[in-house]
Amino acid sequence: MRSIILRTGARYICALMLVFSVYMLLRGHNEPGGGFIGGLIGGTAFALYAIGCSVAEARRALRVLPQNVAVAGLGIALLAGLMAGLDGDAFFEGQWLFLGGEVPGTYSKGALPLSSVLVFDIGVYLVVFGSVATLVFAMEEEI
Amino acid sequence: MSWLLAAPLIAPFLTAVAAFLLRFTPLGHWVSVGGMALQLVAAGALMAVVLDQGVVAAQMGGWPAPFGITLVADRLSAVMVVITAITGLAVAVYALGDVTRRMEELGYHALFNILIGGVTGAFLTGDLFNLYVWFEVMLISSFGLLILGGRPEQIDGAIKYVTLNLVSTILFLSGIGLLYGMTGTLNMADLAVRVPEVADQPLVTVVAMLFMVAFGVKAAVFPLFFWLPASYHTPAFAVSAVFAGLLTKVGVYALIRMFTLVFTGDVAFTHTVLLWVAGLTMVTGVLGAAAQMEVRRILSFHIVSQIGYMILGLALMTPLAIAGAVFYLVHHIIVKANLFLIAGVIDQAAGSNELKRIGGLYKAAPLLGLLFLIPAFSLAGFPPLSGFWAKYVLIAAALEVEAWVIAGIALVTGLLTIYSMTKIWGEAFWPAHPAGIEPSLSAIPRARRLSLMLPIAALAGLTLLIGFLPGPFVAFAEASAAELLDPSGYVAAVLGRAP
Repeated sequence: MRSIILRTGARYICALMLVFSVYMLLRGHNEPGGGFIGGLIGGTAFALYAIGCSVAEARRALRVLPQNVAVAGLGIALLAGLMAGLDGDAFFEGQWLFLGGEVPGTYSKGALPLSSVLVFDIGVYLVVFGSVATLVFAMEEEI
Repeated sequence: MSWLLAAPLIAPFLTAVAAFLLRFTPLGHWVSVGGMALQLVAAGALMAVVLDQGVVAAQMGGWPAPFGITLVADRLSAVMVVITAITGLAVAVYALGDVTRRMEELGYHALFNILIGGVTGAFLTGDLFNLYVWFEVMLISSFGLLILGGRPEQIDGAIKYVTLNLVSTILFLSGIGLLYGMTGTLNMADLAVRVPEVADQPLVTVVAMLFMVAFGVKAAVFPLFFWLPASYHTPAFAVSAVFAGLLTKVGVYALIRMFTLVFTGDVAFTHTVLLWVAGLTMVTGVLGAAAQMEVRRILSFHIVSQIGYMILGLALMTPLAIAGAVFYLVHHIIVKANLFLIAGVIDQAAGSNELKRIGGLYKAAPLLGLLFLIPAFSLAGFPPLSGFWAKYVLIAAALEVEAWVIAGIALVTGLLTIYSMTKIWGEAFWPAHPAGIEPSLSAIPRARRLSLMLPIAALAGLTLLIGFLPGPFVAFAEASAAELLDPSGYVAAVLGRAP
């Protein structure tokens, strides 16, 4: 049974949820959120799309295999750990880059902090996103 | 130091990612072999440093112990990582000739590498919660490997496997929670300092029993081993070889680690329980094997009975006994993985693993017969193979503390092991094939035959090496036992100060 309301709504809600999932990912360092919950929300967006339209359409919209997304995420998370090696620090030690701000190069007012922790979180996001999408697509196709 | 300890973990996970993304190309399985070779190099480097400097530890992410996650390698951890890498490399080569294209496309190599990474992580971690995480990594990837192919009996075995292992997980997690509530730490070295200071020692013993049951399920000891013979005969041969070699041994390792480092407050009680468990595990395992008529089922029950020997070493808790347990672990992983690999060749050559339906292998493939006899006799404890020395050290340790009964059980179990091994020999190798066909190895294409036989020959060579040159290995095991029984070096290396 494909409801036309769900079908129409799914497109917009899916887009909104994806934006929200990225928002959750980015705010996660200091506030509630992060890669895991962001990935769940992103995965749910595609689950909704698959239920509202069809799995085939959802797969087309995703373009790549969801399991590849998950494994690529694992690779990115690992790269975040390896980044510490460039500086001679311990495996997985956080690496920070502060752009701009009052005192360039350190944590100060107005600086944009970029970190390997964020890269790790992006990896987690992709792992969770890919796993959820893989599971949901597989189950929807079974039914 | 941080990178030295992390390298054996980084290698398999990077390989898993690469192998998965390349799974539709013929490159996938070569990536897996290359990754395992890299892992072996990393493990070897770690071993060299441990032999040189003693216990080494590093704090991941630069967060100091006991707050961050510690990776730590003493002699036991280092040798387990090396042996994991050796088994992993052997099975990765074997998989070239055993794992089907379809399984590769479903991600066999990625799952295999993640499993090896999980096992390595469990051996290296110095943090109890992190150990739980590695157990989960192993459980998820091994479940994936078990059901790969999707035959009904595989699903059946996998459900039993996962259900019982989840029970173990819950107990493990409850134990972790209670221990954290009592001590406020989960760093193993810190626990070694704080657990003796807990006022309520009987409660510590209760928690110790929770851990014993949780790890006991993983190690497949009596009476918690049912999942093992129910599932190990179902997946691909390469998969069951790596399971048989490594998975239960992680449980044994965790038992040895926790019951020499942390739970040593009431040895008279906990280690007596372990002694009973050891005896019953040996006997039930070997009797179960005697009743089976399928190669991998026989071997599965023998895993159980052999686990008993290792637990025996831990239960006696003398320097010689612990050395015996360490020696047994190393010997057993090589021999057991090898026997499962040979079971795979038997299946390919003779068409089945049911003893009643095969035969004639000795005439068709005398080399395979010889390569079977080496690990089989080693398992049973024939001199001068590695199993003889392992059993010799353990039984000598039992006699030393005048534990006559358990020494007797260990000897009888060895005798009954010979019965099962000669059964395989007497049914699969010696008589003619019941269907009248001549099994032949040369029917297997040359390249595939090579990738099947090479790891078997290499592992058999290792068994012979340990058998003919036991001196350095026993000396290493004794040094390892000394480290385990006096954890001050371990604690100092992790916490950076004297305990």
